[in-house]
Amino acid sequence: MDLLRFITAGSVDDGKSTLIGRLLYDSKNILIDQLEALEKSTKNRADGSVDLALLTDGLRAEREQGITIDVAYRYFSTPKRKFIIADAPGHVQYTRNMITGASNANLIIILVDARQGVVEQTRRHSIIASLLKIKHVVVAVNKMDLVEYSQDVYNNILIDYAEVAKQLGLNNVTYIPISALNGDNIVDKSETITWYEGKPLLEFLEAVEIDNDINLTDARFQVQLVIRPQTEELHDYRGYAGTVTSGTYKVGDKVIVLPAGIETTISTLEAGGKQVDEVFAPQSVTIQLADDIDISRGDSIVKSDNQPQVSNELDVLLCWMDDKPLIPGNKYYLQHGSRLVRSVVKHVEYKLDVNSLQQQPVEGNVKLNEVVKAVIKTASPVVFDSYDKLSENGSAVLIDETSNSTVAAVLIK
Amino acid sequence: MSQYHLNYLEQLEAESIYIFREVAAQFEKPALLFSGGKDSIVMVHLARKAFAPGKIPFPLVHVDTGHNFPEALQFRDWLANEVGATLVVRKVEDTIKQRSLTEPKGKFPSRNWLQTYTLLDTIEEFAFDACIGGARRDEEKARAKERIFSVRDEFGQWNPKLQRPELWNIYNGRIHKGENVRVFPISNWTELDIWNYIRKEKIDLPSIYFAHDREVIEHEGQLVAMSEYVQPSADDKIITKRVRYRTVGDMTCTAAVESNASNLDEVIEEIIATRISERGETRIDDKVTEAAMEDRKKNGYF
Repeated sequence: MDLLRFITAGSVDDGKSTLIGRLLYDSKNILIDQLEALEKSTKNRADGSVDLALLTDGLRAEREQGITIDVAYRYFSTPKRKFIIADAPGHVQYTRNMITGASNANLIIILVDARQGVVEQTRRHSIIASLLKIKHVVVAVNKMDLVEYSQDVYNNILIDYAEVAKQLGLNNVTYIPISALNGDNIVDKSETITWYEGKPLLEFLEAVEIDNDINLTDARFQVQLVIRPQTEELHDYRGYAGTVTSGTYKVGDKVIVLPAGIETTISTLEAGGKQVDEVFAPQSVTIQLADDIDISRGDSIVKSDNQPQVSNELDVLLCWMDDKPLIPGNKYYLQHGSRLVRSVVKHVEYKLDVNSLQQQPVEGNVKLNEVVKAVIKTASPVVFDSYDKLSENGSAVLIDETSNSTVAAVLIK
Repeated sequence: MSQYHLNYLEQLEAESIYIFREVAAQFEKPALLFSGGKDSIVMVHLARKAFAPGKIPFPLVHVDTGHNFPEALQFRDWLANEVGATLVVRKVEDTIKQRSLTEPKGKFPSRNWLQTYTLLDTIEEFAFDACIGGARRDEEKARAKERIFSVRDEFGQWNPKLQRPELWNIYNGRIHKGENVRVFPISNWTELDIWNYIRKEKIDLPSIYFAHDREVIEHEGQLVAMSEYVQPSADDKIITKRVRYRTVGDMTCTAAVESNASNLDEVIEEIIATRISERGETRIDDKVTEAAMEDRKKNGYF
């Protein structure tokens, strides 16, 4: 059994929470007491209907206002897969929460209201999916019951969305007509939408191929910490603990430690405390090297014949996530995996309109939820790949030195 | 399927080990909050793997309510010794005396709420800057929203509206003096994942997780173990039933389930078949209000 992480995105009333509630409910992943709690809160509602959305809205303010504020994680499994859902808010003011949920997703479900078609929010969510390079996109055309299950309405939305997908370079798009409220094409194939020949949503989620999503070609490894037990029997032991970001490593591989540039050989590999001959992404492992060299947290160990870039000037896309604006020239910590360096945002080139993808001039400071192209200079070199080539080694965050808040998502160009 | 494939348990394990190592690297004085339950036992197992062949580089901290199952306490002492970890025990009893707190009354006087005081005092005493907890997001709706690195202010309070964005696998543990971070390495595990992992890794558990005969009283459909801490009414019948525990908390706020499952295979079979959630079936303290957990977390709870 493997693991699929997906995010659901949609506008405020597209029925996102209802969809998740329906997935959990129809796949029998909601338990009796959770249902009872649901019915209890439904009793306070005027119309007396069971609101599946209440299953996912966890905070008091969310229940009061009937909206989703923060990302909620939901878990369910079928005999084929374990699923982790990031239920992210759809409204523009919560773009940062959506990016948080999207950053770990293999797949995104973009909900489109059949009555509204492709709207500004659909474009924005698709742009975020394309910026973050989410590998699989499902466009779920919801509320089909409110357009009399019309194939024409559905087909027109497909034509409109195909244009968006083409513009954004989204290749892996699957379309499914659904009614989350009535359960059409969620777990079971709809008996009403007879003209649709594809799989219902859950069946698609169980089957979508995700093994190839992990890059096994470009070996990257960052040191999280150095393990030195310093006991009598292990007094010479120096293990470099970390997670294999991508690729594979074998005992005997010729490697180079970056940014220092020192070459050596892998002498032993351990996974879960046991010695192994080979390790691969995304295992958590410990590497020992043939030579005694000065290595610390944040250093990279890569193969000599396949090296990433090393630079202290980075071309980046920044998604600004703080209420305080970005002031060009300000200093921030840049955290790239386990590497933490001081940095300065040297200048901001342009702003990306997240509804049209057009480049616009930046007037003044960069505000919350804006995406800009910028140049960052770091105090010491960063070992990276471009996000488009290898997202696992091309992502970072900026941290405000005074508030300690995470203020920006960084995609290295 | 390629040879380079991790199944879901291996993926969860890799993620948790990564988180443990981040804690050890980013903080000066971390601690693992150890409750004696299966989730914290799994956490100790993961921490051991994360730092092998070295020892776990932080103490196990147990906030002892004084209402624990003796089997869980024995197991705690055995495990700390087995893994060579320092064990710090601080008692709610002492906090109640020092701070002249009011003991809850009633049939099942739960000290669950009072634990927070002992926990915050312990954090201050040792200047812990990161406390690793075994909460899982599948347990409860408020927990489903909490970050893996959850910053708490100097009163230990969680502010759900001011959470840091947590992107990719980048965990920002930078804090101001006086603040601390609660870290939840098994956030993405479900109850069933925990049990399947215990079986896969052959992890030892306290005996109360398996079927045994026990004196209980029935309270609103739940079976509560008889103990010196429970005050039965005159009309309560004390009966002996074959039970096991699905969660292990205080004797006063954890209910037993009727069961004949005497080994891991049988326990897992029962959990797959059950239609009631873990906290719903066994926790007497979560039902008070819909926002009970959110409120406790805002006050510094785990």
